[in-house]
Amino acid sequence: MNKMLFKLYVTGKTPKSERAIANINRICKEELHGDYELVIIDVLEQPELAEEGRILATPTLTKELPPPLSRVIGDLSDMKKVLVGLDIQPYTSTINKEV
Amino acid sequence: MKSINEKVVKISKLETGIPGFDFIAGGGLPMGRATLLSGTSGSGKTVLAAQFLAEGIIKANEGGVFVTFEERPVDIRRNVNGFGWDIQKWETMGKWAFVDVSPIPGESALVTGEYDLGAFLSRIEYAIKHVNARRVVIDSIGSIFTQVKDSSIVRMELLRIVIMLKELGVTALVTAERIEEYGPVARFGVEEFVADNVIILRNNIEEEKRRRTIEILKFRGTNHQKGEYPFTVLPGEGVIIIPLSAMELQQKSSTIRITSGNIELDKMCGGGFFRDSIVLVSGATGNGKTLLATEFIAGGVNSGERCLLLAFEESREQLFRNANGWGMDFEQMEKDGKLKVVCKYPEAAGLEDHLIMIRDGIDKFKPNRLVVDSLSALERVSSIKGFREFVIGLTSFIKHGEIAGFFTATTPNLMGGTSITETHISTITDSIILLRYVEMLGEMRRGITVLKMRGSMHNKDICEYTIDGNGMHIGKPFRNVTGIISGAPAYVTTSEMERVDSLFQEK
Repeated sequence: MNKMLFKLYVTGKTPKSERAIANINRICKEELHGDYELVIIDVLEQPELAEEGRILATPTLTKELPPPLSRVIGDLSDMKKVLVGLDIQPYTSTINKEV
Repeated sequence: MKSINEKVVKISKLETGIPGFDFIAGGGLPMGRATLLSGTSGSGKTVLAAQFLAEGIIKANEGGVFVTFEERPVDIRRNVNGFGWDIQKWETMGKWAFVDVSPIPGESALVTGEYDLGAFLSRIEYAIKHVNARRVVIDSIGSIFTQVKDSSIVRMELLRIVIMLKELGVTALVTAERIEEYGPVARFGVEEFVADNVIILRNNIEEEKRRRTIEILKFRGTNHQKGEYPFTVLPGEGVIIIPLSAMELQQKSSTIRITSGNIELDKMCGGGFFRDSIVLVSGATGNGKTLLATEFIAGGVNSGERCLLLAFEESREQLFRNANGWGMDFEQMEKDGKLKVVCKYPEAAGLEDHLIMIRDGIDKFKPNRLVVDSLSALERVSSIKGFREFVIGLTSFIKHGEIAGFFTATTPNLMGGTSITETHISTITDSIILLRYVEMLGEMRRGITVLKMRGSMHNKDICEYTIDGNGMHIGKPFRNVTGIISGAPAYVTTSEMERVDSLFQEK
């Protein structure tokens, strides 16, 4: 399986940012089992990266690799939606399918 | 009680450099504030906004940031290139920066959970600091609603953006789309956020003709000119606003007389026209208006002056042939650089464009005399209001340059009557000369009178004139005819004339 590359853009250390970071870490741990790379970008410190990625909202999570590029906006509180948005087959759901 | 003790800072203005704008804006845009620029689709918002930044770089060496929600930077670079603005060069010089928030095709982002537009704000701030910007454009703010679905978040964030711009001390122009030319200020109610200052661009259709205007609706706490001002968008220049009422008041006036090119007419006018006066010659078709204009030009050239002739009715060949017929050699005059003849169909351009072209022509050729033959022909391509504005604009250019203006106007009726041209511009002109047909005993004769001559005595007679191979010859007054100007000439017997004369004699 190809290695996945995520970028999470946040604005400083706000509760929203913290929640998003916690959520993506949980998703990665539970669903991807280490087969990923996650870069967290604080747009206050590196605004040029936000410009480059044409990011409008924070938090924004982008899946850079494998293509196609996809984005999810928000604090990533709904794990299922995040996985759909990033076009990832959830690992857990392949083991014990929900009814 | 901080609020009371806070010092009241007067609002200063940032000179934009957009031609004509700073005048109607009372000096420029309110400095350090955001101004809403609202207009319908195609009203020139993006051009004006881009020009705000371009003029800042060209004239004041001030950096600018362009935040684009609609067009991609690559499109903007290309679209404004025709105005002579090389954005790419400015970008490499570190004078211009884009914040590209145009929609990414085929990409839609899923939303889960709370978010804000923090990334957007920090990008704007970064760009401002990067080019040390004093000017910012956001084009167009309504489009943010189509990209960010949650309008309550957009509202909150817009407020933050406006506050941030204020804190950074930049002067911002924020464009917004509106649907009707006369209706709500903008869509989505965005005006709430930048409500202090509002400018409206219109692209109205009047009598099948497009007319662009700009109106400053409000500048809170500072002055500006009121009402709509026409503007035009020209290749190589961009937006040019024509501030009409403005220029009129600064006219100089001269007491130096110049010849009309016709000695007899000079006499009637009390010694010739004033050097910077506007003369209107009105008459029916074929009674010598173009001849008088030709004589006016020859008179100028003979006394060493430069003349610019704008002809909207006849071609060069016709004009040159006619002048030759009266013994004046236009071709030689042009060769000597004393005369320039410009022939155009009135329909070739809108009146605003004509006006700018005439102004450029004046700037380049620097004439002492300007002849427009005929002004009535230009009436066709515009609404009455637009025409009046054109004449005012033209008059002010002429007055500023201390140029003698000579306009002809064609009356619709053979006998008597006035034209629309006259009724709309007679108050602007300094002198009015009427040429009228006089029907007498089965013969068409011609009469000339000086109706008005500002600042000078003049002959009040209606004199007969004839035209031959040497031009116009003014003869004796029509003593025994009345009703020439009203178009119903009638004979008066000698005894009646004596009786009328005696009425006004002092006993």
